[in-house]
Amino acid sequence: MKTESEKTVFERPRSLVDVRTHFCPGCHHGTIHRIVAGCIDAFGLREKTVGVACVGCAVFLYDYIDVDVLEAPHGRAPAVATGVKRAQPDRFVFTYQGDGDLAAIGTSEVIHAANRGENLTVIFVNNTTYGMTGGQMAPTTLLGQKTSTSPYGRDFRGDGYPIRMAELLAGLEGTAYSARVAVSTPAQIRKAKEAVRKAFEMQIKGMGFSIVEFLSTCPTNWGMKPIDAQKRVLGEMSEFFPPGVYKERKQADFA
Amino acid sequence: MSALVQGAAARMLTKGNEAICLGAIAAGCRHYYGYPITPQNDIPEYMAAHLPALGGTFLQAESEVATINFILGTSASGKRVMTSSSGPGISLMQEGLSYMAGSELPAVIVNISRSGPGLGGIAPSQGDYFQSVKGGGHGGYRLIVLAPHSVQEMYSLTMLAFDLADRHRTPVVILGDAIVGQMKEPFRPIPYTPAVPPEKPWALTGCAGRERQNLKSLHLKDNAIEVHNWKLHEKYERIRKEEVRSESFLLEGAKIGIVAFGTAARVSKTAIQWARKEGIPVGMLRPVTLFPFPEREIRELAPQADVLLVIEMNTGQMVADVRQCTPLHDRIEFFGKPCAMPTPEEILVRIRSLSGRRGGADR
Repeated sequence: MKTESEKTVFERPRSLVDVRTHFCPGCHHGTIHRIVAGCIDAFGLREKTVGVACVGCAVFLYDYIDVDVLEAPHGRAPAVATGVKRAQPDRFVFTYQGDGDLAAIGTSEVIHAANRGENLTVIFVNNTTYGMTGGQMAPTTLLGQKTSTSPYGRDFRGDGYPIRMAELLAGLEGTAYSARVAVSTPAQIRKAKEAVRKAFEMQIKGMGFSIVEFLSTCPTNWGMKPIDAQKRVLGEMSEFFPPGVYKERKQADFA
Repeated sequence: MSALVQGAAARMLTKGNEAICLGAIAAGCRHYYGYPITPQNDIPEYMAAHLPALGGTFLQAESEVATINFILGTSASGKRVMTSSSGPGISLMQEGLSYMAGSELPAVIVNISRSGPGLGGIAPSQGDYFQSVKGGGHGGYRLIVLAPHSVQEMYSLTMLAFDLADRHRTPVVILGDAIVGQMKEPFRPIPYTPAVPPEKPWALTGCAGRERQNLKSLHLKDNAIEVHNWKLHEKYERIRKEEVRSESFLLEGAKIGIVAFGTAARVSKTAIQWARKEGIPVGMLRPVTLFPFPEREIRELAPQADVLLVIEMNTGQMVADVRQCTPLHDRIEFFGKPCAMPTPEEILVRIRSLSGRRGGADR
């Protein structure tokens, strides 16, 4: 019961469906979903949003975020979102993709969507592994990191280097906003919300392509307890993938 | 537009590829995405020139993989949308087509096919028959496949393709080739009369005034994917019942029945007319829909004719489907010309030869 003097300071975002998720304990998808849902609400976008789900753990986006959602083939979400946005320029369109999806099989689609300045937003969740398929080596897997397909640790001599997508995409003219955030501390979560808010704002203003890369945990496939997984994000992951804003347009090309 | 309007009859002299564009625009298609490949470049070039003025969108993709996913997104938005390509590009679209079949999304996919396999060549070919009619991508699905044999049909079957796609919520393939795409002939741009109201309550337009909805092909819960497969199967059975189209050409009293589609059928018509002048009773059953295949029509033709001559611009693909229509396999003959257009003379030689064999005993 709320009295006159009480004020709600924290509640479930309207756009976040009130169900238990299938995500593992310690996984960051739930937190990131909540941030996305909160920003959809903040701009009053729920009824004009079309989300595009990728292949992987995040495919069940349509069970958790209370907006229209379209399922894309693996890696193709930026192309699918392009088709949605070109058909409905007045709708708000975002993709939600993992690192295998965006940085391996879908590299071409995301680079060209960014390069076209496609007016949509990408939420990119980087947990340095393929979660749903059981922890295989991803394009973002750190050097030395053991996965089920790099059992002796990732070796640059055979496997190449982890790929920094926020920096790479920031280098393209069509990108309006590119940032990397983490959600392992309350302060980071606040910063992450701000980054997503900025990215959404870019689309609302028609400034072009925006992306927020989240450093995320996968305790199950990392073989770590949730607390240790948070420490890994704050430690070696943040060292190789530094959080920060890599590009922020002040003005659109057409302005 | 290279169109020659001739008075009130309004006949136009147009290339097959351009007729496809005119048909698409007449049917209300305002979104076209594509990637350059010979021999279909007239289509993206026409759309790039004309769609913007119509308030539409032309977008050149970075690949055919991206193209088909642009198509997927625009189709899910409830809009009529088309792409065109040729063999190698169509191969790259197979992933997206499987997802679209699974998600039940309509679109029109034009294949102005060329020779293969691999990079093959740019000569006309009907080597993509199996890929077109048997699904093409993974998981077991069918696409409606239309096979135009004239510029007129490049126009009118494109309009029909949009109607069929929306009616059955499925991608529809127009299977042409370099000849029917590049040739010019007069045609009548008959007005488009929509067969179905294009209402699409399933479209993803934002959930204003309704519950959220989704379009997907993943079904993990319980036996949902089995149920979904049976649902798709029922749709394909319905299409087989309702949408078969074929043309009977001089089949009256025919003892030699040619079965051919597209360019091969067009050339056969000339050869048949020559043979008829020589008194040879020959006609043709031309499948206009390759899926659904005119099974009943071929089953009924087989006992009437002494021989069915299947003619294709490949080494024998549709002939396998013809064999499935009738137990009279010994009456089925095949003439194939992979990666080239057969000439009417070549076909006439086969007709004469079969005619001689047929009457051999009592002549």
